[in-house]
Amino acid sequence: MPHDHPGHDHDHGLSPSGHPFRADNDAPLTYWQRMEIAARELLIEKGIVTPAEVAAQIDAMDARSPANGAAVVARAWCDPAFKARLLSNGSDACREMGFDIGALHLVVVENTEDVHNLIVCTLCSCYPRTLLGLPPDWYKTRAYRSRAVIEPRKVLREFGVDVPDSMTIRVHDSTADMRYLVLPARPAGTDGMDETALAGLVTRDSMIGMGLPRQP
Amino acid sequence: MAERVRVKTMSPPGHVRAPHYLRGKTGEIERPLGAYKNPEQLAYGLDAAPKELFRVRFTMAEIWGDRAERAEDTLDAEIYAHWLERL
Repeated sequence: MPHDHPGHDHDHGLSPSGHPFRADNDAPLTYWQRMEIAARELLIEKGIVTPAEVAAQIDAMDARSPANGAAVVARAWCDPAFKARLLSNGSDACREMGFDIGALHLVVVENTEDVHNLIVCTLCSCYPRTLLGLPPDWYKTRAYRSRAVIEPRKVLREFGVDVPDSMTIRVHDSTADMRYLVLPARPAGTDGMDETALAGLVTRDSMIGMGLPRQP
Repeated sequence: MAERVRVKTMSPPGHVRAPHYLRGKTGEIERPLGAYKNPEQLAYGLDAAPKELFRVRFTMAEIWGDRAERAEDTLDAEIYAHWLERL
């Protein structure tokens, strides 16, 4: 709310952009919110971590973005030897580019003329966060997690991707220790583009397999 | 010739990583992934023994039967060795 005063309950109307103001988060903490605060405060009290280290780790997570993955994809489009290394050991190839991906075990799957890959985690929301940042909200929904394995073609069409029946779809369910990155096919008409320009064509969704790269 | 395996149909209580929709389904080992600490114990803070992990490839026809959108499409999942029986 734009102001805070007790004792009345009136309609604060709409924001200048025409949306209702978001209510303050005055609800009680959930069990897991209390648990997180308790565990964090204990770690700090016992001198195991400092508040600055916690904040720095949040900053490091927020700094990761699909741009890191896009750079990897663009490098693979330009450098066949790098692409071969990426497909045989995704984690090492990302580290070679200087990305701090922690303990990530990355499997990279390549889209071709004949194969379209897409990634889902039916059990929870496993995602290569240390490379791509946080997953999109839809990736975590029960609707996506169940439908992506049952009717991937229909879900793809809803995302604007029409995969012809002549192509095979390979769905990858991220059920255990691996995380996945789709290497999209390089768009036609990009022969003259350098790596930086190519990275600009690589969308987050194209690296999950729920989209295609932008056309130049 | 790819190695054929079936996901066991057991339903133990607690935290497991073999999705229910794949139990009893037959697929092929796509690649071995090495040994990882068993998440079924890690989830409870227990000392977890490493278990061999495999990527197993199933056809959509095998999983969904006539309801499959396209029979030859595939689904790959990571399944621990103790959930697999070799055929």
